[in-house]
Amino acid sequence: MTQVSMTVNGKPVSGDVEGRTLLSGFLREHLSMTGTHVGCDTAQCGACVVHVNGEAIKSCNMLAMEADGADIGTIEGQANADGSLNVIQQAFQDHHGLQCGFCTPGMVMSTAALLKDNPRPTEAEIRKYLEGNLCRCTGYHNIVKAIMAASGQDVSQIAAE
Amino acid sequence: MPKDSGIGASSKRREDVRFLTGAGNYTDDINVRGQAYVHFLRSDIAHGRIKSVDTSAAEGMPGVVKIFTGKDFEGVGGIPCGWEVTDKHGAPMQEPPHPILAQGKVRHVGDPIAAVVADSLEQARDAAEAIDVDIEVLPAVMNMKAAAQDGATLVHDDLKNNICYDWQLGEADDAKVNEVFANAAHVTTLDLVNNRLVANPMEPRVAVAEYSRGTEDYTLYTTSQNPHVIRLLMCAFVLGLPEHKVRVVAPDVGGGFGTKIFHYAEEAFCTFAAKACNRPVKWSSSRSEAFMSDAHGRDHVSTIELALDADNNFVGLRTNTYANLGAYLSTFSSSVPTWLHGTLMAGNYKTPVIQVNVKAMFTNTVPVDAYRGAGRPEATYQLERVVDKAARELGVDPIALRRQNFITQFPYDTPVALTYDTGDYNGTMDKLEAAADLAGFAARRAESEAKGKLRGLGINCYIEACGIAPSNIVGMLGARAGLYDAATVRVNATGSISVMVGAHSHGQGHETAFPQVVADMIGIDESMIEIVHGDTSKIPFGMGTYGSRSLAVCGSAMVKATEKVIEKAKKIAAHLLEASEADIELKDGQFSVAGTDKSVAWGDVTLTAYVPHNYPLEVEPGLEETAFYDPANFTFPSGAYACEVEIDPETGQVSVEKFTAADDFGNIINPMIVDGQVHGGIGQGIGQALLENCAYDENGQLLSASFMDYAMPRADDLPFYAVDHSSQTPCTHNPLGVKGCGEAGAIGSPPAVVHAVLDAMNSGGKAVDQIDMPVSPSRVWAAMNG
Repeated sequence: MTQVSMTVNGKPVSGDVEGRTLLSGFLREHLSMTGTHVGCDTAQCGACVVHVNGEAIKSCNMLAMEADGADIGTIEGQANADGSLNVIQQAFQDHHGLQCGFCTPGMVMSTAALLKDNPRPTEAEIRKYLEGNLCRCTGYHNIVKAIMAASGQDVSQIAAE
Repeated sequence: MPKDSGIGASSKRREDVRFLTGAGNYTDDINVRGQAYVHFLRSDIAHGRIKSVDTSAAEGMPGVVKIFTGKDFEGVGGIPCGWEVTDKHGAPMQEPPHPILAQGKVRHVGDPIAAVVADSLEQARDAAEAIDVDIEVLPAVMNMKAAAQDGATLVHDDLKNNICYDWQLGEADDAKVNEVFANAAHVTTLDLVNNRLVANPMEPRVAVAEYSRGTEDYTLYTTSQNPHVIRLLMCAFVLGLPEHKVRVVAPDVGGGFGTKIFHYAEEAFCTFAAKACNRPVKWSSSRSEAFMSDAHGRDHVSTIELALDADNNFVGLRTNTYANLGAYLSTFSSSVPTWLHGTLMAGNYKTPVIQVNVKAMFTNTVPVDAYRGAGRPEATYQLERVVDKAARELGVDPIALRRQNFITQFPYDTPVALTYDTGDYNGTMDKLEAAADLAGFAARRAESEAKGKLRGLGINCYIEACGIAPSNIVGMLGARAGLYDAATVRVNATGSISVMVGAHSHGQGHETAFPQVVADMIGIDESMIEIVHGDTSKIPFGMGTYGSRSLAVCGSAMVKATEKVIEKAKKIAAHLLEASEADIELKDGQFSVAGTDKSVAWGDVTLTAYVPHNYPLEVEPGLEETAFYDPANFTFPSGAYACEVEIDPETGQVSVEKFTAADDFGNIINPMIVDGQVHGGIGQGIGQALLENCAYDENGQLLSASFMDYAMPRADDLPFYAVDHSSQTPCTHNPLGVKGCGEAGAIGSPPAVVHAVLDAMNSGGKAVDQIDMPVSPSRVWAAMNG
């Protein structure tokens, strides 16, 4: 067992982990922060995306020990200070960008990272960026639309709501 | 004007807030104090005889609580099949046992041999590696046609052969069918494969079970679309437990698409082991494990023949299908290639003579069962592909050929056992032609060709039978369950309402859409109504969510229960208003006396029901009603889809450039949710058509056992879709006039994509009339350069 310490959503945390403990496992099992989901074991689905020092990272593909000292952001820390949905979260609700909700934390975290680097992405740029985030429910239509809306683009002309 | 609340409004989903903030409660988020973890040691051999399983080295390893093998389950029931199909000679299907852990033989890669329960998952995995299994490898039964031959290696030694059943529907007189084909002016024949798929909901399956020695109660948390069905099957057929001592909870479930309908061995194992180990036991599937233990979908090999007369009227249809059931019968597997498939072979057309033949096969593969559409996509794919081929052979417009043969009079009795109550196939096709701008296709093709691409247009129609079912009918057809549903409407003293429903929501938005109905009926705000689902201890009963049945069946039960509530509330209102019950009207949450200005509010009546001081003596206090609803018929959603693809002739790469869906779902409660359901279905359908394939090698090794190897559709594989739901012929036999929308997209889209690919290839001067899914670049390139 090794002790790791990091900041998660602005709060300092620490815990004893095995060498093989993944960051996703540390968040879910040690910290009981179950908003971060694990949908595969090959770093393909993106349900586990969190921010590590500001970068979108698949937390199932990083050891907890590697995150020692890091600044971690998770879905639990995304809402506005008053608890209301942030711009991305609100756009996903407004445009029905989620159904079962399982991929959603990863989608929101990836979107935040995308819009930080590219505040007004085109449809093609969004679709390319989301290659690492699988959704089985929406056919991606409303996810892409929600991200365009979250970046201030007019989505009223996109085929059907 | 779009409505802003109630029936017909695109109310925003209330469940979204918890999902968007990481506050959902999925099964893997549930941990029970003192829980142990189970890891299943699964076979890496497709077919073999188990000579020994030596657990001695593993027993003493750190953290190991108990190790189970097939021997521990010799006195325990196996996983049951919920539908007994009768073959064409009147014999029951062959039904081999399906033990919780393998006994005697392993029959597919992934078949569980042993289960290690330990203090941590890592310890369970470590110990499983120390189990020594000796298996005599047998030839793997993989090819369905070879498996049907006399003398083939048997998957189940105690069965007479590998054929579960040889089934037929429609015209039983072969001579009559032969005569129709002999006298036809034209016969189109097509051999095709409906590819094996893996449903892959993003949440892998999980089960957590606990047992209380004090009360002898069990609780099972599981990723299920139908917790009551799991409880019934597990208690009655597998573990022999009293139902009232078992609570099954399916909390937030991360997608199902059929694969979470079924009762799985892991659920029964955890429940059994929780008592045997006297500790809660948790199992969380990895994705790799899901690929070899979740029931797969489709996997049909078919020959289909369509006979037309000299005027291009369809006069006969005959199909011969081999359907893969895998190594064991999954819960509803037997019904999929039969009553959910053969019955749909009339499609949208008035073909008078139809004969459907299905041989269902045991093979050394993962069990195959319902996946989004379940039998209906297989039927639609065969029928529409052969119709499209006939149009090409005859040189007629594929839309005109379809329109000429559409059923136009309703109700319509098909030759394959169904009665369509309503529909307007020409009207829906009109909507498609406008929404897809088919008139502009030639110009779009010219633009593509100017870029060096081939462009194709594919049209497809579908009909599906949803809202299963009248229980008396499905009972005659072999179902071992009723297929009604139930709802309890519990009105609280202050007027808010909890509705306990048997349907389960795992993405469909019931928590939002169902209150819209009740709010509309009473005239109160949607926010006063909450839906409770997914817990056998909280809801009266429920057959669950599949087959696009939730609103049509459970929604109808909810309407019936709400009607009972309103009827009782009117009695109370009549008493308060000193009027006759017959004169009481309910509108906008106010009970009033017709023709007067006397009224009393909903909340006053509900309070009176629980504080019955001034109250009609003949009426019981309280305000809570339950209804069970068993439908009179299936519902019949239908639609017409158009797909446009571009092919890069250099590489064979296909891209979907435009996709349009026109569906008739009858009345619609929440258009936003309905559109989303269709989007998702289309995404899966395009996935099947272009990308997805569950592949085995000849030894039964699963080649596509991860997202690295199984091509799930990603955002940049798919376009925006246009959907039009303005063609509406309401269902004639349920109170809401609704039909169901969950599977349509997955049923209607694969043929449209393949038709578009064939059209594009033919536009490039290459006469290709058949290509199998997934239409990969290599297949397209080979077809064009072959």
